[in-house]
Amino acid sequence: MNKMRFAWNEFNKAPLTAKIGLLIIVVYVFVAIFAPLIAPFGESEIVGRKYLPWSNEFLLGTDNLGRDMFTRIVYGARNTVGIALITTLLAFSLGGIFGIFAAVMGGWTELVLSRVVDILMAIPSLIFSMLLLTIFGTSVISLILIIGVLDSTRVYRLARATSLNIVVMDYIDVARLRGEKIGWIIINEILPNISAPLVAEFGIRFCFVFLTISSLSFLGLGIQPPTADWGGMVRDTADLITFDDYTPLIPAAAIAILTIGVNFVVDWFLQKTSGLKDEL
Amino acid sequence: MSSESDPLLLEISDLQVEGFSEDQWHEIVKGVDLTLKRGEVLGLIGESGAGKSTIGMAAMGYAKPGCRIKGGSIKFNGIELTTASEEEKRKLRGSRIAYVAQSAAASFNPAHKIINQFSETVIHHGLGNRKQAYADAKELYRRLKMPEPDQIGFRYPHQVSGGQLQRAMTAMALSCRPDLIIFDEPTTALDVTTQIEVLVTIRDIVRQYNTAAIYISHDLAIVAQMADRIKVLRYGDSVEESATRDMLSNPRENYTKTLWAVRTFKKTVKPPDPQPAALVKVDDITATYPGASLPVLSNVSLEIQRGETVAIVGESGSGKSTLAKVITGLLPQDKGQILYEGVGLSSKYRDRSSYHLQKIQMIYQMADTAMNPRHRVRDILGRPLKFFLNLRGNEKEKRLRELMEMIELDPDKFLDRLPSELSGGEKQRVCIARAIAAQPSFIICDEVTSALDQLVAEGILRLLDRLQQELNLGYMFITHDIATVNAIADKVVVMLQGQVVDQGAKDEVFAPPQHEYTKLLLTSVPEMDPEWMDRVLAERAAKGGMKAAGY
Repeated sequence: MNKMRFAWNEFNKAPLTAKIGLLIIVVYVFVAIFAPLIAPFGESEIVGRKYLPWSNEFLLGTDNLGRDMFTRIVYGARNTVGIALITTLLAFSLGGIFGIFAAVMGGWTELVLSRVVDILMAIPSLIFSMLLLTIFGTSVISLILIIGVLDSTRVYRLARATSLNIVVMDYIDVARLRGEKIGWIIINEILPNISAPLVAEFGIRFCFVFLTISSLSFLGLGIQPPTADWGGMVRDTADLITFDDYTPLIPAAAIAILTIGVNFVVDWFLQKTSGLKDEL
Repeated sequence: MSSESDPLLLEISDLQVEGFSEDQWHEIVKGVDLTLKRGEVLGLIGESGAGKSTIGMAAMGYAKPGCRIKGGSIKFNGIELTTASEEEKRKLRGSRIAYVAQSAAASFNPAHKIINQFSETVIHHGLGNRKQAYADAKELYRRLKMPEPDQIGFRYPHQVSGGQLQRAMTAMALSCRPDLIIFDEPTTALDVTTQIEVLVTIRDIVRQYNTAAIYISHDLAIVAQMADRIKVLRYGDSVEESATRDMLSNPRENYTKTLWAVRTFKKTVKPPDPQPAALVKVDDITATYPGASLPVLSNVSLEIQRGETVAIVGESGSGKSTLAKVITGLLPQDKGQILYEGVGLSSKYRDRSSYHLQKIQMIYQMADTAMNPRHRVRDILGRPLKFFLNLRGNEKEKRLRELMEMIELDPDKFLDRLPSELSGGEKQRVCIARAIAAQPSFIICDEVTSALDQLVAEGILRLLDRLQQELNLGYMFITHDIATVNAIADKVVVMLQGQVVDQGAKDEVFAPPQHEYTKLLLTSVPEMDPEWMDRVLAERAAKGGMKAAGY
């Protein structure tokens, strides 16, 4: 109860941008969860001729195969956001665990892990992920794994750098001298102290993953048809832009608005935890 | 030095400063009056949080970020600083008013040579060109008795010692021959033997240039050497003010008297055990940090028995804390052995048995970094109880309360607090409780009172002494503060450059000091006597100076 009230107080004090950002995220999550109830048609159901204009029946017209655009935008929230979220979580679990582990262990463990990460980061990530997707095939699983692993390198660096500041603290020595196991130290002593920068990074990283997936889909290597996906939808309907029809901009806007919303919230969070302020 | 007819250089009246924290403004300074004549030195003294530094900064018309000057007037040389424009104040700062901070190391820009940082202010204020500034810097370095005054300025800050850096900072403050210098604890970060030298040079140079100064310190003995007049502050309010000698001989207020009387605690020295059996024995230890070529500790041997306190005394870099690291197993030794109750311990803590990890505990200097800021007191104390003694549920709760009562903190009030909700003394008490929770027989106390105000530190020493008697603990007490040693030690080990130079029962080592270095260390401790510094200097000069002794 107390926590609820605390959260509500914090929310009331939040700047307008943060409130807008939260609202955007809430709307997206709502749409993603209740997609089948909101969408008027099935996800990949062909409901009419192709490239129909906006009308009362087809709110945003139809795409290159005659599927309802509005329906696919709604399902796209589920697919694109869902997959991006899982991928980001994977990147954070991997990068976070290895990053903190490297900082605690030091020595050879840290050296080897850091060099592996350096090698992975040395290759341009979009090209590298396209390469790997071509090798392993473009299933959702391999998409999640490949982008998750590649993005975990960034998380690794952040987790390691922030943990290094904590590892030198006396209370870590105290825990070590007590004979605590590495896992206990990571979870109980280090993680609570680096959670703020990690959460902030989570927001930003989520945007990047989301954009990467959209770009890959646009390039035809991401989420495969007939699954609805915003990046792919921009590509499928791209031709319309030459006929003065703005339909391809709708999925693009869906991507942009969520990115902005998440960043608003992350900025607010950073400000709360580290005192970073834009005004000063 | 100053005659009555002199106009006042600085006149602060009813100064109020506020600080912003936790969404509201708090009063830090509550209406303090202060006057200063040309060439006069005023000592500001008080515990941490008394508002000393805030007043010092306000004398420059400056308030730290997050603070603001709420009311009152600050007149410097007839200029009202509270209403002066930033531009006017900027012209005064550095040229007419200068500031010497506690940590010179943190105040110098590490990327520029010392002399360039000196001349920057001079050139900026248009008081001379680079060449003149260099010449003046060398002159000041000479007057401040820095070694190689013509060359030392061309070094980078990290290439000179802390004492030299503090002098270079004083020289920098003097570069524009200001009317007023504010010294904010300029020697607090220095070793005692260095401190006295810096104090002497600061005092002499301030006299030579007839500069007025505000000398801020928490150490009364030091202020007594430096100031013509002393003002005592507490909680942002002035307690009393009078000439140094009057203040020392005849303090009026009760609070001032307590400041004088803090060094009264003295433990009752136990008679030596007829059959000494060493609890912990450090046997001929030599240790080197990884990657370093020279050992930090060489051939260190000492013994600590149950129920006794062995103080390890030495200046920074003498290897005191490294010794603690070797005993706990954080730094494996190259040679020698640590014995606990006659059993040799593995050199790495990872290879030690849980029993030995439990029996040897440590308390740290900075209680802030010794406790996880995200854990509540209940978790901090509860973990060793569960880990070592396997206590759970009600048993654990009961023991937690016992521990809190042992350290004289109310369990209902404190158990669920975070470290950030505790005062400095309370934090250190919780750290002590954490060590006690493991039921140890040997505790290493590494400068446990250095970061605390004297009254609070005294409370901690009393607590440690009581716990020692109740639990028959052996203490290894690492400190640089001779007063603390006098209060708590049974035996003393004096360390210098990684070696033990002197050890034995406290009275054997200290009264009178036999070893040359012990003597130097003891005579360098400031005493509550305005004549102390001159007396020590005279004595040392008579003996041909300490340089001859080789330190």
